[in-house]
Amino acid sequence: MSMGTAAGSWQAARIVLQREWLLAVRRPAQVLQPLAFFAVVTAMFPLGYTPELAKLRAIAPGVLWVGALLASLLALEHLFREDASDGTLEQYVLSGQSLTWLLLAKTIAHWLLTGLPLTLMAPWLGVALGVPLTAAIGVMGALALGTWTLSLLGSIGAGLTLGVRRGGVLLSLLTLPLAVPVLVFGARATELAIVGDSPTGALYLLGSLAVLGLTLAPLAAAAAVRIGLE
Amino acid sequence: MGTNWAWFHRFGSPPHVYRLAGLLTPWFAWPAALSILAALYGGLVLAPPDYQQGEGFRILYVHAPSAWLSVMIYAVMATAAGIGLIWRMKVAHAAAASCAGIGAWFTVVSLVTGMLWGKPMWGTYWVWDPRLTAQLVLLFLYLGYIGLRSGIDDVGRADRASAVLALVGVVNIPIIRYSVEWWNSIHQAPSVMKMEKPSMPMEMLVPLLLMFLGFTLYFAAVMLVRLRAEILRRERSASWIREALR
Amino acid sequence: MVVLQRLHLAAPVAELVDATDLKSVGRKAVPVRFRPGAPQLCMSPLVVNNLTVYRGERAILSGISFELRAGRALVVTGPNGAGKTTLLRTLCGLVEPEDGQLCWHSELLSFRDPQYHADLAYLGHEAPLKMDLTGRENLRGLVGLRRIVDQRDIEAGLGEMQARSFADRAVRTLSAGQRRRIAFAALSLMGATLWVLDEPVTNLDRAGEALVQTMLSRHLASGGMLLAATHQPLGLDPSLCDSLILGPVKV
Repeated sequence: MSMGTAAGSWQAARIVLQREWLLAVRRPAQVLQPLAFFAVVTAMFPLGYTPELAKLRAIAPGVLWVGALLASLLALEHLFREDASDGTLEQYVLSGQSLTWLLLAKTIAHWLLTGLPLTLMAPWLGVALGVPLTAAIGVMGALALGTWTLSLLGSIGAGLTLGVRRGGVLLSLLTLPLAVPVLVFGARATELAIVGDSPTGALYLLGSLAVLGLTLAPLAAAAAVRIGLE
Repeated sequence: MGTNWAWFHRFGSPPHVYRLAGLLTPWFAWPAALSILAALYGGLVLAPPDYQQGEGFRILYVHAPSAWLSVMIYAVMATAAGIGLIWRMKVAHAAAASCAGIGAWFTVVSLVTGMLWGKPMWGTYWVWDPRLTAQLVLLFLYLGYIGLRSGIDDVGRADRASAVLALVGVVNIPIIRYSVEWWNSIHQAPSVMKMEKPSMPMEMLVPLLLMFLGFTLYFAAVMLVRLRAEILRRERSASWIREALR
Repeated sequence: MVVLQRLHLAAPVAELVDATDLKSVGRKAVPVRFRPGAPQLCMSPLVVNNLTVYRGERAILSGISFELRAGRALVVTGPNGAGKTTLLRTLCGLVEPEDGQLCWHSELLSFRDPQYHADLAYLGHEAPLKMDLTGRENLRGLVGLRRIVDQRDIEAGLGEMQARSFADRAVRTLSAGQRRRIAFAALSLMGATLWVLDEPVTNLDRAGEALVQTMLSRHLASGGMLLAATHQPLGLDPSLCDSLILGPVKV
């Protein structure tokens, strides 16, 4: 049998992304459910509070962000759990490639399939809360950075809770406190965008969190996954 | 590593640490009691009431040190966990496990004393003051750590997983604190618990520092007792246990 | 030299216990009986020394040492719960051992070293396949992480395990035996020297077993190495096999 040349890192990352895409296409429900959740949760607030758009606009940043956070957490459950239970995650660990790199590729795929759709949905849900569409760019920018950081942070908890019974609740309990800075900066940026002020300051802070997460989180996630698979 | 690291690696031996912990405990416990009593006397009796807040201000002597301890203990816990992870020392992991409960309780104490302080001042038990909020998030971090430990059955795996969590948490704590302060300042909520230490008179500063010292010694004593219990639990089938308990 | 078929759980415990070096650290150690083929020092590509693994506070494996030369197989047997799976997973670096050294091609490496992993392929109890993808897609994913393979190679691999007929169905619809065939097809394409297999022939029918035996024999003949935990005989040439019997863990 002819043996091809060894696969480089980029090839391996491409394989991971291809696989995640294929799985998403075969199981669209798994991708759509968090989005539906986001919509449902957002709809709950007017029902639970008031139909007046002016009042809703005041709480819109918080509602959008908490909804996006919770929807992301729901999706994070699937980041590693199935791969761990059918043995494919083990194969990643044993592939000879850098696990940090492979998990980063997986997290990127996860964000593209979860965080990005949530971000694109947000301005429309915002309209339901009285947020003008002129604020769409600011809202999306903040949510894009925020959900990205959340995917990174969540991957650590997802790895640690592999093999914990009812790990989903624990995952939320572990990730939410760590997500407080993201929530604070992100909601503020959204608020400024809604009011019409420049959200740049808050966006920079959010961006720095995203960069910090990008450099440190995959390493921690790789350590977490190794421990979780034992 | 040269031979001068031998003293460090001896700490990896459970019987050695067990014995050492037992010897050291009274040396921490008694000074702790003395220090706390002295601080209480100084704070409750000797120090004058605050001109603004009256007698209610005295709860600061418990609130502030317990808040500092809650953060310090998390750092100690993370350091022990890190040592356990890097140098594969089970005793270090046991030490981290021993710290968690104490740290969580100190956080609760700081929250409760904060709320008790707040009631006469603001008329409500809770305000979203940056310090109280940060303590609340810290409590969640502790609960997450304890929850993760209890969720994993295998001791070694639980040790390693919670070590990663503690290290991630300790890096995040300054970020969380900064973000909460930022959030509070943006919304111009009154921050009432200002404590500018340099402008504090000596009669107030001394009991405060004494209480901090006393709490630290108390933490050390209790941690050592819990560490011994933790070592006993983990090594219960080892032969040296029978010798040690004779 | 031990013939594979003679390895059986019926070996009396007493025989297993008395001839070993029980490491007593106050814990219940696992008695290990190691019967090597003609041993050669330091010439073997794979040398494992003093492997000790804990589960909780108990030692599941204690003081395991062996060498494996090129072209040979090490077959691990023992009763359920003796730690066969743990041993294989520890050797792959999936479980962190309490103690133990690995010497791979004369280099002292960690069990998690990527250099070692690049030359190692592991197949556990369950075939590592995504249920929603087809056999071919799974193959491309599994092998593609390690080697660049083209369509021809994939077809050849599937053909060797006679899996071409069902390679385009979702793995969810396949039987356990069919999944195992696809997993073996992936294994053959990974280009690894050391194969670590846990119960390789479970779920396979007679035909599948024969195919696997051919594949394993060919792998050994070309200088590969095999580490397998099994209850059933693998049908390999006995002169190429060493055996490692794990005794039951005393509670």
